[in-house]
Amino acid sequence: MVEFGTLDILRNLIDAALWTVVLSVIAFAGGALVGLVALFALVSGRRLPVMLARGYVEAFQGTPLLMQLFLIFFGLPLAGIEVSAWTAAIVSLVLFTGAFLAEIWRGCVEAVPKGQSEAAQALAMSYVERMRWVILPQAMRIAVPPTVGFSVQVVKGTALTSIIGFVELAKAGTMIANATFEPFTVYGFVALIYFALCYPLSFAARRLERRLHVAR
Amino acid sequence: MAYQFDFTPILTYSDVLLRGVVLTVELILVGGIFGVLLGILCAWARSERIPVAAGIVAAYVELIRNTPFIVQLFFIFFGLPAAGVRLGEVEAAMIAMVVNLGAYSAEIIRAGIQAVPKGQWEAAASLGMTRAECFRHVVLVPALRKIWPALSSQIVIVMLGSSVCSQIAAEELSFAANFIQSRSFRAFEAYLAATAIYLGLAILTRMILRRLGDRLLYRAARHAALSAGRAVAVGGGAVHG
Repeated sequence: MVEFGTLDILRNLIDAALWTVVLSVIAFAGGALVGLVALFALVSGRRLPVMLARGYVEAFQGTPLLMQLFLIFFGLPLAGIEVSAWTAAIVSLVLFTGAFLAEIWRGCVEAVPKGQSEAAQALAMSYVERMRWVILPQAMRIAVPPTVGFSVQVVKGTALTSIIGFVELAKAGTMIANATFEPFTVYGFVALIYFALCYPLSFAARRLERRLHVAR
Repeated sequence: MAYQFDFTPILTYSDVLLRGVVLTVELILVGGIFGVLLGILCAWARSERIPVAAGIVAAYVELIRNTPFIVQLFFIFFGLPAAGVRLGEVEAAMIAMVVNLGAYSAEIIRAGIQAVPKGQWEAAASLGMTRAECFRHVVLVPALRKIWPALSSQIVIVMLGSSVCSQIAAEELSFAANFIQSRSFRAFEAYLAATAIYLGLAILTRMILRRLGDRLLYRAARHAALSAGRAVAVGGGAVHG
């Protein structure tokens, strides 16, 4: 039998954590794009885009990420699109992230005092100009801390892709726990690695929030 | 290629689905009630800076908030037996839900406590109340009132997270969906039905929590304001009379 010590467990887990990072970055970047589109629909004030975006946000915030993952993993093949665990993981995480970011950012846009928009309107700025030069620069500042804070949820969300067989940190943990019969140590390490990935993000979010509060 | 939907297996296995819904509701109830109670306790220990306990609570909150629920669940269900603690899958699922919500609600409730003006504490102290009495009778309700919407959404998020409990074979809603798809090979329909039920449960939970907040937190406040108003009216009447 091959000797598999504590150090080997840790090394293998850290290797797998790389996939957690890759998946998180892609999910966050893609989610930001989708979220931005949904945000513009949400604040457009036009009936159809608002309704579509609301439906999207509600559907993804009101259902478990696990079910979204399963529906995409099992559903897209039925529409004739072959999906690997990798594709399903990316698509569901991007859509999940996009829905939450859109809602977070909408709150930030609405947090910009109404007088700002009215003043810009009084200067005969168009809707696009108002957004571009007056509202978004202010909303973006408010949006930084909650956006960084939400990235923690994205990292944690990637753990669910282990269930459809994507090998990242959580899946590697399960595999190693099954092989070594040391679930206590292995899952302890897995938790600590997730903590090491997430805590700096939480910490940064809190720092940013405090700084912004003081500046206001 | 047009896909032919076939929801008959969902009807065939509706009893499995129903049992799944029941366990999911049980998980929300146990997780929600005990999670919030644990959160109140932790928030109290932290805001009162109780030695040792405050430190332990801070570590607990950070650890839980920065690790995925599924890893917490696996640690409790697969990891703890190695340390001599053996749990059934439903117990493990319930403990994981309570522990998870406890950490999140502790932070939310603490924010509420901090938002209660200091004068409230001082006024209560001048009436001879102890810190604990003041917390229980003066601070807690206004604090909860401030953060009730945030707490409600967190409860819904944790409720949706319960779907992961199927991974330790707790037979809740998503377990039922897995079961149905493995028997009938109608994966899409099974998951679609389960997802729709989750959405319904989330909307229902949010509605119930809003009602509950109205009942327990806001109506009490209105009642107090009303009786205070009446006292003023009666006092005023006495002066005129």
